[in-house]
Amino acid sequence: MIEIFVSSILSENLVLSAFLGMCTYLAISKRLDTALGLGIAVVAVQTVTVPLNHLIHVFVLEPGALAWAGLPDVDLGFLELISFIGVIAASVQILEMVLDRYVPALYRALGIFLPLITVNCAILGGSLFMVERNYDFAESVVYGVSSGLGWALAIAALAAIRERLRYSDMPKSLQGLGMTFLVTGLMSMGFSAFAGLNTP
Amino acid sequence: MAELNPLRWWRSLLAAPNTSPLKTLVVALMVALVCAVVVSVTAVTLRPLQQANLAAERQARMQEMLANLPGVEDLISGAGGGSLDVVLVDLDTGEPVENMDPATFDQRAAAADPATSREIPEEADIARLERRSNFAPVIAVRRAGELALLVLPVHGAGYESQLYGYLAIEGDLNTIAALTFYEHGETPGIGARIADPEWEQLWPGTEIADAEGNLRVEVVRGRATEPYQVAGLTGATRTSTGVSNLVRFWLGEYGFGPFLERLKSGEIKL
Amino acid sequence: MRRYYDLVLRPLIDENPITLQILGICSALAVTTSVSTALTMSVAVTVTVVLSSAAVSLIRNHIPPSIRMIVQITIVASLVIVIDQFLKAYAFEMSKQLSIYVFLIVTNCMVMGRIEAFAMRNPVGPSVLDALGNSLGYSLVLLIVGSIRELFGTGNLLGYSVFPTVADGGWFEPLSLMLLAPSAFFIIGVLIWLIRALRPAQIEEPDFALVAEHEEARS
Repeated sequence: MIEIFVSSILSENLVLSAFLGMCTYLAISKRLDTALGLGIAVVAVQTVTVPLNHLIHVFVLEPGALAWAGLPDVDLGFLELISFIGVIAASVQILEMVLDRYVPALYRALGIFLPLITVNCAILGGSLFMVERNYDFAESVVYGVSSGLGWALAIAALAAIRERLRYSDMPKSLQGLGMTFLVTGLMSMGFSAFAGLNTP
Repeated sequence: MAELNPLRWWRSLLAAPNTSPLKTLVVALMVALVCAVVVSVTAVTLRPLQQANLAAERQARMQEMLANLPGVEDLISGAGGGSLDVVLVDLDTGEPVENMDPATFDQRAAAADPATSREIPEEADIARLERRSNFAPVIAVRRAGELALLVLPVHGAGYESQLYGYLAIEGDLNTIAALTFYEHGETPGIGARIADPEWEQLWPGTEIADAEGNLRVEVVRGRATEPYQVAGLTGATRTSTGVSNLVRFWLGEYGFGPFLERLKSGEIKL
Repeated sequence: MRRYYDLVLRPLIDENPITLQILGICSALAVTTSVSTALTMSVAVTVTVVLSSAAVSLIRNHIPPSIRMIVQITIVASLVIVIDQFLKAYAFEMSKQLSIYVFLIVTNCMVMGRIEAFAMRNPVGPSVLDALGNSLGYSLVLLIVGSIRELFGTGNLLGYSVFPTVADGGWFEPLSLMLLAPSAFFIIGVLIWLIRALRPAQIEEPDFALVAEHEEARS
């Protein structure tokens, strides 16, 4: 499980290796404070949805999963997508309400980015990877936390770099989005070096 | 005027403000219903085609692998059902199973059902299977009455997906004739190269065990220097390790090991 | 009529969803290792966004605001599941290569983005055209990136050998970097650079202008 934790943050980073959550990643990385806020929200959502989706996958959707209800032959696999999305949308909604009630400052700071997490491919991608790699419940929890952390790390790093880039002299046509892509490519190359990491 | 009522009700619903709770409920239900019907109809109608695709691919892989081996093509074209034999084996005892039909046996379903499968102890679970079906089919290919080829279904964890394939062993039960994967979800261009001919052709001739009977076959990083080794894929170390582990698992004591022992000692004949 | 042409043609370069609107990027990077996967993904996304734009546009006047997002997502998700089922039945090899990225079309910001921005407020005809235009722009970028990556990464295009590789007795040493993640970022970055050099209107002005402080001291 340590391997899952470390690899999800470093060598299999959702953004830099699997290209998930790119749109918000590129759009919201102009300032470090908003990037950090979004990153924390992603960690929270991911930690909740991946284990929840795992339970749904194991007890309802897998081929043969409904054996406990006496229906071993039913294969509801094709409903996976829509039920995962439903869970994610509901989790984000609940998170919004919880934040609004208990941490209103954070809720206001995040603003529109919170509902945007629903359509962040990294969240759905995390659940889909969890299914594909057959994680059990404990591994799902670890994966949820660590993949969220990896995404947060990537966006925070990019925001920090972009803030610095404001002071550099570059071709006008490369300013903004173009340079962001090139920087992300370099970050991706750097992170792929972690693939050689040996975990205990 | 009963026939006007549904129409009028529909019209009044459409005219209602979007924030009305009734309208919200009706719209939600109708969208859910329409989408559910569309999805379910598609899934159910297309399922036979999809199953056929999966089965056809499994068959094609098998044929391809067997057809690439010398002499087997004659075997297949000449004898059809006679020289190709599918036998169900009890993996723990290594004995063939008599009262089950190998043609309808679904190894994957059996692995998921606790009644027909078992857990593998963690130290032995190098292919990260967790559960393993109690039975597995093997295909025996005979030439001139002698066992020429034994084809074993193998599977295990790759880098980011389960790898499913066939391991073909020659009649001496110590040389690999071929290893082919018919299903995997590895990264295209990287781990997915395990299904490329360039890598597949490294396997024929690889030896399984040494003179003392120790299991030696493995996938190594860099070049293969001994007859038991196969060079792994550059840039796909995790996948290569996964292949190595699954081959070693299925040839070991929790895989086909007991069965192969009995075959070698002559206790059972195929 | 002019307006309809605009709807379809503008998203090709002037308002390209990937290079300007920052929509639909994830799949542009992930499935462009070869032209065939890029092509399949383009078709899948086009079908999804056109049909869901049409569907949302049809009921746009009756969607209660409290369930707006979930209705949109439900429609898009259902379409994606249908597409995935069709792929598994009729293009099995391709569906294996695309694996989870087909499902990720649901969260493809371009699909949701166009529905929110256009289909929710416009009749069916223009919505379909807008969807078509944006998909074409999206497909264009995907195909460009896919071609470059496949050509320089393997020497093939659509599986046919264009640069004979050293392994096949030719002269071309494939650039394996092209098959890895970073190359897609670089290619799109350079593509954006190129487009903005040709269309200066798209250049992003910096948020803050730098003021030279020491000019007086130096002179």
